[in-house]
Amino acid sequence: MLINIQYFAILREQAGRPNESLETRAATPAALYAELAKRYPFTLAPEQLKVAINGEFADFAHSLNTGDAVVFIPPVAGG
Amino acid sequence: MTPIDTTAGRAALLDGSAGGYVSFEGWVRDHNEGLAVKRLEYEAFEALAVKEGERILVEALGRFPVKHALCLHRVGELGIGEMAVWVGVSSTHRGEAFEACRYIIDAVKHRVPIWKKEHYVNGDSGWVNCERCAAPGADTVHHVEAGHRHTLARS
Repeated sequence: MLINIQYFAILREQAGRPNESLETRAATPAALYAELAKRYPFTLAPEQLKVAINGEFADFAHSLNTGDAVVFIPPVAGG
Repeated sequence: MTPIDTTAGRAALLDGSAGGYVSFEGWVRDHNEGLAVKRLEYEAFEALAVKEGERILVEALGRFPVKHALCLHRVGELGIGEMAVWVGVSSTHRGEAFEACRYIIDAVKHRVPIWKKEHYVNGDSGWVNCERCAAPGADTVHHVEAGHRHTLARS
């Protein structure tokens, strides 16, 4: 299925791109991050991240559907 | 980039039944964890940042008997001394205004998907809470835009 991924902050820099559409068999965000971590030099462990699907916080075990917009959220530092 | 308009923020909180207001300004500091900081770069996942910011304001208005609350956060490049975040709360009495303001800024720092990259005087840079030591000179300008605003008034 086709997943749209948006990258921010350290993940954007490490992926070398702000977004991409990826054909994947990953069924969950957890599996998707594991797949991406093989492709890019990500230094953050999945335990350090949150994930958003279609603009809302979601669980790493949530089932992905084709066309979903996924954002992995590094530790935040506003303020 | 537009600086945070604290005059407009304060004006949005005015209420004839309020006895006062409390505000907090977060400023870009010239050092962090032993390193001299030259400037900061803020980046936001704006759609979710606005949603989560609004949820925090709703929570604060539910937890504390205050009148109005507002939070403004900059994104983009900020220099030393610039205001990165502003929180304002108006209330009948001062105690809950202080409490609500503290609640909002603490929650914003912990929950809202905004990141900051510190650029150090020594040429290094690093994303706070993520990692330091990106290659010197590797920094680029991203997402320079006006700060966005979360506002909510309880009737």
